[in-house]
Amino acid sequence: MSDLASTIPAFGQAIGLEYRDTVDGMVTLCVPYAEHLIGDPDTGVIHGGVITAALDNGSGWAVRVTEGWDLDMAMATLDLRIDYMKPSAPGEDLLIRAECYKRTKNIAFIRAVAYNSDPEDPVATSVAAFMLGTLNQPRV
Amino acid sequence: MEILKQLREEGRTQDMQALLNHIPFASFLGVEIDRKGNEITTILPFRDELVGNPVLPALHGGVIGAFLEITSVIQLLYDTQCERLPKTVDISIDYLRSGRAVETYGRAIVTRQGRRIANVRAEIWQEEIDKSVAASHGHFLMTPV
Repeated sequence: MSDLASTIPAFGQAIGLEYRDTVDGMVTLCVPYAEHLIGDPDTGVIHGGVITAALDNGSGWAVRVTEGWDLDMAMATLDLRIDYMKPSAPGEDLLIRAECYKRTKNIAFIRAVAYNSDPEDPVATSVAAFMLGTLNQPRV
Repeated sequence: MEILKQLREEGRTQDMQALLNHIPFASFLGVEIDRKGNEITTILPFRDELVGNPVLPALHGGVIGAFLEITSVIQLLYDTQCERLPKTVDISIDYLRSGRAVETYGRAIVTRQGRRIANVRAEIWQEEIDKSVAASHGHFLMTPV
């Protein structure tokens, strides 16, 4: 991937999603805390939907860094299951770590975790399945 | 939550749009409410910022997930009296077809309302109500009044 920024889609950019690094197939992304992401104005905790979006985006990213992945190939989320463990700390960045632990010809399976500072103390975890090789052509 | 208390005091507990306007992320997504009696439909107008795949173009999976979650919570708040916003415990999303660059609609059903946990199913669609774009099933932790 030569231009990493270009792989962050419009909505990823809208929530401020940033790429950090990839280590041994583990992708780390960051969503800096921002006012427009708040879900509970009384506490300043960010909305669950932000976490969903970041986990979904991170999960797709984890597929793209798997060995032998053709960057022209498209993919689509098939299902995404998220468990919310605790609120994301107000004012703190949300980090996402995602790993594709199995990729078959048609399907990729991804685990991901959302956390503030310690991945062992998660804000949320997710498991996802992505369908690979979906048609990536403009609709007529 | 302050806004819930305020709406209750003003006798506007059914004004879900006022509630949504107080949730920054819901306002940012641009979610609107259409209520006919006890039937609530959430509306998500399309805009370029919501795109996840620019080639198709298709809505971002996260937008779909967030819209399903908001639709579920709105229905839950309408059906119950709550002190605070319900907390999402888990949500499971099935992506059925890609979300096109048009307006999206959502509806939810509270399938079971326990003392602490509510079970909610939601579905979203675009031009045709029979062709769901995505469906979800979630558990929410309630803080009753």
